[in-house]
Amino acid sequence: MPDGLGSRITEISGTALPIRGNDIDTDRIVPARYLKEVTFDRMGEYPFFDERFDANGNPRPHPFNDPKYQGASILLANANFGSGSSREHAPQALYRFGIHAIVGESFAAIFTGNSLAIGLPTVTVSHDDMERLMAAVEAKPELKLSLDLSEKCLVFDGGVIPVEVSEMARKSLAEGYWDSTSTLAANMPKVRQVAARLPYLNGF
Amino acid sequence: MSERTLFDKVWDAHTVDILPTGQTQLFIGLHLVHEVTSPQAFAMLREAGLSVAFPERTFATADHIVPTDTRARPFLDAQAEEMMQAIEGNTRDFGIEFYGLDSERQGIVHVIGPQLGITQPGMTLACGDSHTATHGAFGTLAFGIGTTQVRDVLATQCLAMEKLKVRRINITGALSPGVYAKDVILAIIRRLGVGGGKGYAYEYGGTVVDRMTMDERMTVCNMSIEGGALVGYVNPDATTFNFLRGRTFAPPAEQFERATNYWLSMASDPDATYDDQIEMDGPAIEPTVTWGINPGQATGISERLPLPEELPDPAGAQRAYQHMGFTPGTPVRGIPIDVAFVGSCTNSRLSDLRAAAQVAKGKHVNPRVRAIVVPGSYGVKAEAEKEGLDQIFRDAGFEWRAAGCSMCLAMNPDQLHGRELCASSSNRNFIGRQGSPEGRTILMSPAMVAAAAISGQISDVREFL
Ligand code: SF4
Repeated sequence: MPDGLGSRITEISGTALPIRGNDIDTDRIVPARYLKEVTFDRMGEYPFFDERFDANGNPRPHPFNDPKYQGASILLANANFGSGSSREHAPQALYRFGIHAIVGESFAAIFTGNSLAIGLPTVTVSHDDMERLMAAVEAKPELKLSLDLSEKCLVFDGGVIPVEVSEMARKSLAEGYWDSTSTLAANMPKVRQVAARLPYLNGF
Repeated sequence: MSERTLFDKVWDAHTVDILPTGQTQLFIGLHLVHEVTSPQAFAMLREAGLSVAFPERTFATADHIVPTDTRARPFLDAQAEEMMQAIEGNTRDFGIEFYGLDSERQGIVHVIGPQLGITQPGMTLACGDSHTATHGAFGTLAFGIGTTQVRDVLATQCLAMEKLKVRRINITGALSPGVYAKDVILAIIRRLGVGGGKGYAYEYGGTVVDRMTMDERMTVCNMSIEGGALVGYVNPDATTFNFLRGRTFAPPAEQFERATNYWLSMASDPDATYDDQIEMDGPAIEPTVTWGINPGQATGISERLPLPEELPDPAGAQRAYQHMGFTPGTPVRGIPIDVAFVGSCTNSRLSDLRAAAQVAKGKHVNPRVRAIVVPGSYGVKAEAEKEGLDQIFRDAGFEWRAAGCSMCLAMNPDQLHGRELCASSSNRNFIGRQGSPEGRTILMSPAMVAAAAISGQISDVREFL
């Protein structure tokens, strides 16, 4: 799990790493064979593994291998990022690689939920703004970006881009509710009341 | 805002509270667990000193990593063995019912829930697997979740969720012979797109769905996630009740009528309000196959491969063609295949095996093709063998395997090699999905897979019936 259980997350800054293409699925982000590990500890080694390395383990050209993007903490993505399998290994791998926020045109539903559950914000911008951002970062990889969740914007030398983030996610991150177990557990008496009135748990 | 739909009713009945974030705390009536997405969740529980809140509402099995050729332990793959021992230990320590390889109840989690009658209408259900929507075929609100959410359900039997919108998808008329439930869902995803269901639950209905068997409804609901919808469901009806009657965990005879009344009361009202409605013309659907690297990149069997510029995402189509090595504008029929796979939670139930066997009977698999049939569960395998389907497949040159996910995601030894092209009854044609980074997948119905296995190329199953 990310450190700082239930920490308050309002701002993420750093350099960015653009990964182009729509519909990037979680099988591509973490190939299934790495799901055989019973912990998430080593997931940071695996993002986009089969695209980054050939069959002999030699690196191929890929943004995640490119020295100029090393140390980036903000991932830039196009539409429907994280589609497919519900594997939390995907956001875990990105987080452990060093990505602490993802800005995209849109995200698949389970991926957004899994990311939020580990304190990894996913925010959206328009297609045109993403083009602008990616171009700016590709031209100048050392460009520093700052994602301000309270003001809902992405600030960098060269502009301010409005970002969309649901009020639920913003609040969850800002107040630490993203780490949900304790919030849910606080309601256990009510949970048992609901269980006691559901017909299928009580012989109909 | 939707009103008086099954989604609304089940959601309301399971609402525990509104959380400070505005999310709903939703009670989860049934939690299904498998070996791959649970070990980290159990570890988190241990770390926090928590127990499982409702162990009697939690069922576990092993499906993703299990070999299908031999079940001997320890597994040859040391990592798979470690994972198997983890679920055995975790379910024992936390008091959860576990169906392992020595159990006649073992199978793909989405096949055994319905088969054992654990999945029932009007319930909420969660599982750490994106194809959990399969259970929606029963009028169940079934959510695919991640590992941290698995921890939440284990610890509290609840999820923090945001309500979805509801889109009614009406499939009218009737299907033509040789057109199956798989073709219906591929046609829906082709039309609405792989991201089209984002933020929605899909309610499937109309005469085509009304006439479907439970197996067929499960196939349709199964691939809701491929259309971007977290949840898919069908309202419960007599077909649902007849399926459930007498199953191991279904309500016993003396409760069954009361249960039926409850289930019916949870179905969408005739005057329910939806956030969106879509009409699909059943007779217009033909056998459908994918040609690209996502399930929305699909075409009717008699059509030509689309030109990238005709599609909403030309760059994505180009990348897909590059991977698949196909030429836009050429027919999809006649593309030679290397591997044929009948299996996965989408299409590995008894009726799927029957449909494939009907095509394979008395014929022989093309000698260039490696063909395997993997039943969805131990129970399906036993029933199929009772009918002699295993013999039909073996005589035709298919390998007959034990139950598991197998080549759907290739976490066990069943994998594609190199650039092999697989005709597959599974649900995902993503790059690398079937175990080889260069491997290629064409999704289709089990009968179409059998037709492709026999002819050695993508074929129209209607010519085999
Ligand atoms: S059969 Fe495939 S899609 Fe279904 S649960 Fe197994 S791996 Fe997932």
